[in-house]
Amino acid sequence: MAERILMKGNEAIAEAAIRAGCRHYFGYPITPQTEIAAYMAKRMPKIGGVFLQAESEIASINMVYGAAAAGMRVMTSSSSPGISLKQEGLSYIAGSDVPALVVNVQRGGPGLGGIQPSQSDYFQATKGGGHGDYRTIVLAPASVQEMASLTIKGFDLADKYLMTAMILADGTIGQMMEPITFEDAEIKTYDKPWALTGTEGKRKHNIVNSLYLKPDELEKKNFERFEKYAEIEKCEAMWEDYMMEDAEICVVAFGIASRVAKNAVAAARSEGIKVGLIRPITLWPFPNKAFEAAENVKAFISVELSMGQMIEDVRLATGCRKPVTLCNRTGGMIPSPDEILEAIRNAGKGV
Amino acid sequence: MKTTQILIAGFGGQGILFSGKFLAYKGLTEELQVSWLPSYGPEMRGGTANCNVILSDTPVGSPIITTPDVLIAMNLPSLQKYVDSVSAGGQIYVDSSLIDAKVERDDVEVFYIPATQLAKDEGIGTLANMVIVGHLLEKHPELSFDGVEAVIEKLVPPKKAALKELNMKALMLGKTYGN
Repeated sequence: MAERILMKGNEAIAEAAIRAGCRHYFGYPITPQTEIAAYMAKRMPKIGGVFLQAESEIASINMVYGAAAAGMRVMTSSSSPGISLKQEGLSYIAGSDVPALVVNVQRGGPGLGGIQPSQSDYFQATKGGGHGDYRTIVLAPASVQEMASLTIKGFDLADKYLMTAMILADGTIGQMMEPITFEDAEIKTYDKPWALTGTEGKRKHNIVNSLYLKPDELEKKNFERFEKYAEIEKCEAMWEDYMMEDAEICVVAFGIASRVAKNAVAAARSEGIKVGLIRPITLWPFPNKAFEAAENVKAFISVELSMGQMIEDVRLATGCRKPVTLCNRTGGMIPSPDEILEAIRNAGKGV
Repeated sequence: MKTTQILIAGFGGQGILFSGKFLAYKGLTEELQVSWLPSYGPEMRGGTANCNVILSDTPVGSPIITTPDVLIAMNLPSLQKYVDSVSAGGQIYVDSSLIDAKVERDDVEVFYIPATQLAKDEGIGTLANMVIVGHLLEKHPELSFDGVEAVIEKLVPPKKAALKELNMKALMLGKTYGN
């Protein structure tokens, strides 16, 4: 077995990206994700890669767009206010069908907000963020190990479907250290005949562009893109079930909130409450199948570090047939296991 | 299931994060599940630092500690802030050269170690943190002093090799204090 090493979540993302073949990183520092840029600054020059601190977040996402168009595995990372600045570029990347990995280690908002952990960019990540009809694959790691494995997965999905994959983490998972092993993960590579690599006079030139002035052509393009999205919704949803076999109450939580929620679920089980946890790993596509399987559940609790954003997807996934309550903290605060336990007890009274 | 939740708190510059890292690596070498979570917020800029370390033989749930089994307090504000959160039957380690106050609880075990003074007397004034860690490894039933050299070896970068010996010296000071 590979050696267990201790690493910060942010560093795990950077190391995994390099192992996945990423040789181009463009970013701009912001707490709590700066370790990613620092790691890349140290490593990239040694392995023939490019680390570039751009003059702004807007510049860095457009550098990502350029490198992606040239067929490179490329990434950028930031935290909430910085990700807002990148939205225009993300929309262009979506409209051009090129692959990129974007990391958001969330902090409290809106505005400059704070620097403590948050999950309040859920809407922005899963519902678009930029303008136009498009989707982003959103992966939500809950451990340092997953920071690495989902980064590798993210690059793969981005290349496979020619779109942006986003790692939606938070300040806690980014800053914490846990043991991690880098097994020899299988890294798939994809032919990119569409990439702008220079024709060498041997082929017709490629064009990467998001401008379609003829509406019928743009509509056709959007229809095609949504066929691809439908395929992703069918094939790529990921989630974890925890103590769900006989659960009558179901906690739904992702990322750091799911870690705290697991403690609360274990405590509630010791009180004899039949409670389980669904942890979405992909936030888009949302794992609706997990909820179809949970037909014996009588009440759901969405635990979030926001004013309640994922709860809308939980309601949709359950067809609004079951009560869904919210247990939340915001602004950089994290609920204690006791607060979640209390929410579970309250839900239990109604069952 | 054995889980030890350790909260280390003090001023920035006292090596709070480093001693937490040491304990996390110690757990790693003993094949335990571990997590290490530093404070990175505005309090870091204001001078106080803290660090949550969990060592467990089962997967770690939340890395955030609300009721520590062990508190290491390296200054008075930290002791005052966290003393009541320590679980009954837990342990509190106090740097008594920096903190005059006594712990007024009878359901926890308290160790007063003049760590900063001990370290200063030996000319290793900045390693009071490791003096306390040495004492902790000796006194905590679930932890052990064995194998600390390997952990120091791992944590101290080659460029600062001289610090290895000094860290070992600090750990030994804590181990033997009170004997």
